[in-house]
Amino acid sequence: MHELSFALGIIEGVEDELDRRPEGRVVAVHLRLGPLSGLVKEALLFSYDLACEGTRLEGSKLEIEETSVVLFCTTCNQERPAISLQHLCCAICDTPSSDIRGGFEMEVFALELVDEDATCNTTHNTTQAS
Amino acid sequence: MRTRPVTQPTTQPRLVEVRQKVLKRNDLLARELRDRFNAAGVYVVSLVSSPGSGKTAFLEKTLSLLMPKARVAALVGDLATDNDAVRLARSMAPVRQITTGTVCHLDAEMVVKALDGWKLEELDLLFIENVGNLVCPSSYDLGENLRTVLMSVTEGEDKPLKYPTIFNTADLAIISKTDLAEAVEFDWEVARRNINSVRPGMEVIAISSKTGEGMQGWMDWLASAAGLRISSP
Repeated sequence: MHELSFALGIIEGVEDELDRRPEGRVVAVHLRLGPLSGLVKEALLFSYDLACEGTRLEGSKLEIEETSVVLFCTTCNQERPAISLQHLCCAICDTPSSDIRGGFEMEVFALELVDEDATCNTTHNTTQAS
Repeated sequence: MRTRPVTQPTTQPRLVEVRQKVLKRNDLLARELRDRFNAAGVYVVSLVSSPGSGKTAFLEKTLSLLMPKARVAALVGDLATDNDAVRLARSMAPVRQITTGTVCHLDAEMVVKALDGWKLEELDLLFIENVGNLVCPSSYDLGENLRTVLMSVTEGEDKPLKYPTIFNTADLAIISKTDLAEAVEFDWEVARRNINSVRPGMEVIAISSKTGEGMQGWMDWLASAAGLRISSP
């Protein structure tokens, strides 16, 4: 259970960002989370709410986008999803591979901000930029 | 942090794209550590396992076999006691304890602090024994060259399947307590299959710290990986 320290890290990073955008209030933080990060989504969500208390992020929502493990498959000669964490094999052709290309993600990729003086009584628009 | 507004400000929430790795601080420190280790020419091996797999016994045996042929030192993480450091100090190698309190893993900052005052260039090998835990340590890069995961025969063959992430991110698996394998009817084939499933091609070395079985093979493997010349006893 080390999710709380990561939640604090997320908040610290977002507060740095807010220092450069003093007009913004955060309504949601979008995080990409890979299965190799060693973090549990539910524990992170729980920790986030606790860690936000008394900060400028209090009341904001953590939106987690979970990614999957990506391997380089020498048979397909391209990056492919893995079958599972227990079976690091190409999901297409079953070739084993330890050449992990994705799945370690633990990054904030977007913030949803409203201007500080604006009243926000609309539902959050969670359309994501790609 | 790179930022780019992707929508125009309105009273609607606007989405702002950012790129910020949450582990940023640890990643940066780990990178600095790795550079320091490389510059000093010291090969760094970390050990992770569940509590009671025999990390300390394995390390004690390893240090005593390496001393005085190689210049070695160890950092050892523990939640509450310095028992492990006291045990390891019997090898005469320099040993430092990192007491983490209630923290379930080592991070790069703890390693940086524990190294304070040590001349890394006077070392060939540095071992870092993590806190006994198969979950949390997988999230923290310590700047090591080699991450070694131990599993003892008494834990059962399915440890890799239950804790895949630590095996996915390790470089070498050590199966310990082989002297007990027969008593617990350890199935070597299943264990090797499970390890290979979570980390295809991972090297596996079986050892007993008690009887010394497999330790010479480990010494040879380590000497080769670290580029050291350690003559056989």
